[in-house]
Amino acid sequence: MSFRQPSILPGFGLTLGFTTFFLSTIVLLPLAALVLAGTSMHWSDFVGTVFSARALGSYRLSFGASLLAATINLVFGFIIAWTLTRYDFPGRKLVDALIDMPFALPTAVSGIALTTVFAQNGWIGRYLEPLGIKVAYTWLGVTLALTLISMPFAVRAVQPALLEVQRELEEAAETLGAGRLTVFRRIILPIILPALLTGFTLAFARAVGEYGSVIFISGNLPMKTEITPLLIVIHLEQFDYQGAAALGLVMLAISFVVLLAINLLQAWGRREQVRVMR
Amino acid sequence: MAAAQASAFGTEAGRPGEHTWVHALVRWGCIATSLTFLLAVLLAPLATVFVMALSRGLAAYWHAFQDPDTLAAIRLTLITAAVVVPVNTIFGLSAAWAIAKFEFRGKSVLITLIDLPLAISPVISGMVFVLLFGLHGWFGLWLQAHNISIIFALPGIMLATMFVTFPYVARELIPLMQQLGNDEEEAAITLGAGGWMTFFRVTLPKVRWGLVYGMVLCNARAMGEFGAVSVVSGHIRGLTNTMPLHIEILYNEYNFVGAFAVASLLTLLAVLTLIVKTLVERTGYRRR
Repeated sequence: MSFRQPSILPGFGLTLGFTTFFLSTIVLLPLAALVLAGTSMHWSDFVGTVFSARALGSYRLSFGASLLAATINLVFGFIIAWTLTRYDFPGRKLVDALIDMPFALPTAVSGIALTTVFAQNGWIGRYLEPLGIKVAYTWLGVTLALTLISMPFAVRAVQPALLEVQRELEEAAETLGAGRLTVFRRIILPIILPALLTGFTLAFARAVGEYGSVIFISGNLPMKTEITPLLIVIHLEQFDYQGAAALGLVMLAISFVVLLAINLLQAWGRREQVRVMR
Repeated sequence: MAAAQASAFGTEAGRPGEHTWVHALVRWGCIATSLTFLLAVLLAPLATVFVMALSRGLAAYWHAFQDPDTLAAIRLTLITAAVVVPVNTIFGLSAAWAIAKFEFRGKSVLITLIDLPLAISPVISGMVFVLLFGLHGWFGLWLQAHNISIIFALPGIMLATMFVTFPYVARELIPLMQQLGNDEEEAAITLGAGGWMTFFRVTLPKVRWGLVYGMVLCNARAMGEFGAVSVVSGHIRGLTNTMPLHIEILYNEYNFVGAFAVASLLTLLAVLTLIVKTLVERTGYRRR
């Protein structure tokens, strides 16, 4: 096979050339600089930075809170998507449009607003305070911010899958005597499972890298409420480019693993769809 | 999508078991849970922005925008978006033309690479440019010798913003143009139209809503980006502070009215973005 199949349309050389040139200068070359800066470090320095107690503490918070946020969104994202696709109620369209708010709202705005609401004297924080629950400036606040910004990913991943569930199948199962839970477990869940997992992974991926909304609500105490992206910024501010690059490489590696997982999940989802349709 | 949902509700009306109390319980339970969750994590913070911005009255709110540093931040954000959005739009159109109109080897790799910035932490997106152009970076000394500043200056802010918003237009247009096919373009070319004429008269009108959609999302992200810009900007008041960065400074100085006043502008921008997005979806445009 030659490089490209013949076509009568013009502009292949121009557009592909511009696309690859621009992609290389804006994205690939800078990323290569990161990889080179990280790998040019002495091995022991690299290990020392990446496995320092402070770095390990930041991974624990970043990954722990992101996993928790993605799990919360797995549950609530499903409930919201279910409500929006199955029930009609006043204001449904407005709620549907509002789901995308965290996409459109700058993270710094989400950050200061959430901190204000959940601070000790905030609208919601003041009711949690007597219960002994502190949200702002703790890991709980970090989880909350990550939950907010990753929520649309979970909802929007599940919504189309729910629309595709064939109601006839559910009705057939019901007439054959299946209860609600059986219908959910045997009919609905298998169809939407790939979408649920994709939503979970997308939400996790977004949450792990998040910076803007978290730094306001986290309090930024080393080892306790310091996320990995913040630790990178601290290294950069001390002109420790190599240390920052080393931590950046760790996060980049994780992004690639997550990206791979998303692609595999989506491929599985397509196969599953074909299987169900038959 | 609206039609599909309407028919879904339509078939529901006649279902057996529709009016049992279990069904009603599940239904209202789901609606109540969804609304409570959204109220707590979404609407309460949104309302806070405006309540805090207006907490000292309208005069204080207006006064917040008299601050020259705030005005400079607004100007910088507008300039950045005015450069970044068109550049990424041209890139998106070019990438979509190459990928959707032709079959060539390595296409899926190219699509994955274009989407790459979405998977990368904003902090890393900013850091890569510091590693390249920062004082201790690859070209740092050369740039200093030639008196060119990129990091802690406007070019760095634009580069970082370009990086994070890179895929937005392309990823709307590529699937759309792939789905619409090449037939009309091929007909135009066969009938003697030139390449540019075909693009402007045939392709562009077909994909206009996808283009608007991508540009609006690109613009929202460009104006609101925090992490990547924060790393490259240097936070020089009145010079390299964009609106989101200026919010951080005002907030950390306990100037809450000022911080939330700027935040209210960005919130209005987000609302406007959602409105345009919804209107575009009303035309029948669907994300793929």
